[in-house]
Amino acid sequence: MTDKQSWHKIWHVGDDVDTDALAPGAYMQYGVDVIAQHCLGNILPDFARNVKPGDIIVAGRNFGIGSSREQAVAALRHLGVAAVIAPSYGGLFFRNAFNLGLLLVTCPDTTLLQNQELLGHVSIGLEVDFYPEKHIKTAPIPDFLLDLIRAGGLINQLKQTLDTHTLN
Amino acid sequence: MGQGSEVLGGQTRMSLPQSLAQKLIARAAGLESVAVGDIVTCQVDLAMFHDSSGPRRLKPLLEELGAKIWDKSKVVLVMDHYVPERDEAARKIVKIARDWAREQNLPHVYDSQGICHVVVPQRGHIQPGMFCVGGDSHSPTGGAFGAYMFGIGSTEMLGVVVTGKIWLRVPQTIAMNWSGHLSAGVCAKDMMLALIARFGMNGANYQAVEFNGSAVKALSMQERMTLCNMSAELGAQTGLIAADSTTRQWLKSSGSSSDFSSDPDSFNTEHHFDANELSPQLAAPHSPAHGVPIAEHTATRIDVAYIGACTGAKLDDLRFAAQVLHGKKIASGVQLLVAPASLQDLAGAKTEGILQSLLDAGATLLPSACGACAGYGSSFADSQTVISTTARNFKGRMGPASTQVYLASSYTVAASALRGYITDPREVMA
Repeated sequence: MTDKQSWHKIWHVGDDVDTDALAPGAYMQYGVDVIAQHCLGNILPDFARNVKPGDIIVAGRNFGIGSSREQAVAALRHLGVAAVIAPSYGGLFFRNAFNLGLLLVTCPDTTLLQNQELLGHVSIGLEVDFYPEKHIKTAPIPDFLLDLIRAGGLINQLKQTLDTHTLN
Repeated sequence: MGQGSEVLGGQTRMSLPQSLAQKLIARAAGLESVAVGDIVTCQVDLAMFHDSSGPRRLKPLLEELGAKIWDKSKVVLVMDHYVPERDEAARKIVKIARDWAREQNLPHVYDSQGICHVVVPQRGHIQPGMFCVGGDSHSPTGGAFGAYMFGIGSTEMLGVVVTGKIWLRVPQTIAMNWSGHLSAGVCAKDMMLALIARFGMNGANYQAVEFNGSAVKALSMQERMTLCNMSAELGAQTGLIAADSTTRQWLKSSGSSSDFSSDPDSFNTEHHFDANELSPQLAAPHSPAHGVPIAEHTATRIDVAYIGACTGAKLDDLRFAAQVLHGKKIASGVQLLVAPASLQDLAGAKTEGILQSLLDAGATLLPSACGACAGYGSSFADSQTVISTTARNFKGRMGPASTQVYLASSYTVAASALRGYITDPREVMA
């Protein structure tokens, strides 16, 4: 991983980022393309404009608390966010993320990741690497949740299951 | 990981005490018992969704998958978020829901009848012992009836609608025991604002919360719904209250073998509170966990007093507001907006004369729908200060980022409308 091209920007946000900040109610009547333009607009005004596919969010506690609206996840996916790293998540947001194929890494202590110059990369094996190198302790993710990410979310997984059933 | 029901040497070891949450999950999973931390698959008894989370997302996905609804009798659709339709975009969303309901010949559809969390139990869809999911974060409201109910996103709802099943990690149970009795002018909303201020918006860490104690037992069914409803703001997966005579009376049922309750010593954590000590609570902008003493905010002038939402505009909430406002007039320059949670609650308010008391005091009646709470259009103006009976005051939710929203009970919202500034309701209640 010496190739600078494959390293991505890390966006930093604080504690308690709620679903309404990720997918504001005023735009909920529109498609995810419109909602995504306003994602985190109240917190990081340049995020939606400048975020690039493969970028990573390092957040404080309780990322995604609030509503069940999965547009909060869909907006991040639409913008190409590869993973979120935080000490804890809203429970509903956590389920929605894996169902839509967004990797959430639970990391009790993100102190080492607070460097604004830090870059990151999510590997095919769903490991997160950092440049300069950091070793962080993360909570294990159950296999069936990683399977959801590998399948690209629950819809793709359901398609595979339904196909198998049809074939049998 | 949990202890309890694993098989050792071919013999089932005697189970440890089971909480209400565990019993409900075990029943739905077809197991004798479950242990905290187990991941199990449950059969869903009821899937509820609304115009925003439901058809507009489910219809195209079902078509893409070429799949069908697993059991239409177990599906309830409620149009509440985008009704009444304010603009073309809303009309389109609601039309999708109406067309799909007809096309699918859904047996349980409630269009513009009120907010899903209130309408669904009022129409008898939630019974003790059931395992239910809702396409909305305030779905734990159903837990007030001794059912396991929690919110999920649209994609996961698609999974339920296709398979009738959902996975779950068996949660710990956090017991909130309220002894004593609530004082005049204090209600379930205050209990929840106090808990959220104390534990934070993710304090329950997606575990189950169970409400117990004499102060909970004494609550009406709708007040119990408020406790379970705001378990969402505690970050719980669900909020539960075991069914008792109050539940059965409300449901006009004689009880059944599914009226589970927690075994002694089955709670993972217990907290104790004295209801006698509880005073009216206030959450300042921009978090439900931002609890502040009312006494420090009595100089805060308000522009709008909002009595609305599944959290704070059920018939009981309207009764509390009317107790404060009967025979009085709200302060000039203040708007008092009342959006009863359901048509049934509105009808009750009319019959009891409560609606007239509120209108005579200067209230404006709004449609029985999610309205300003969801912030999906009909919201407040720039820089307005609002005191509201709703559940969330996130920045930018109910209006522009400059809107200042305070959360309180309908007693406190009504008292504040009366004086024009934030007011402890006990000061104006004779």
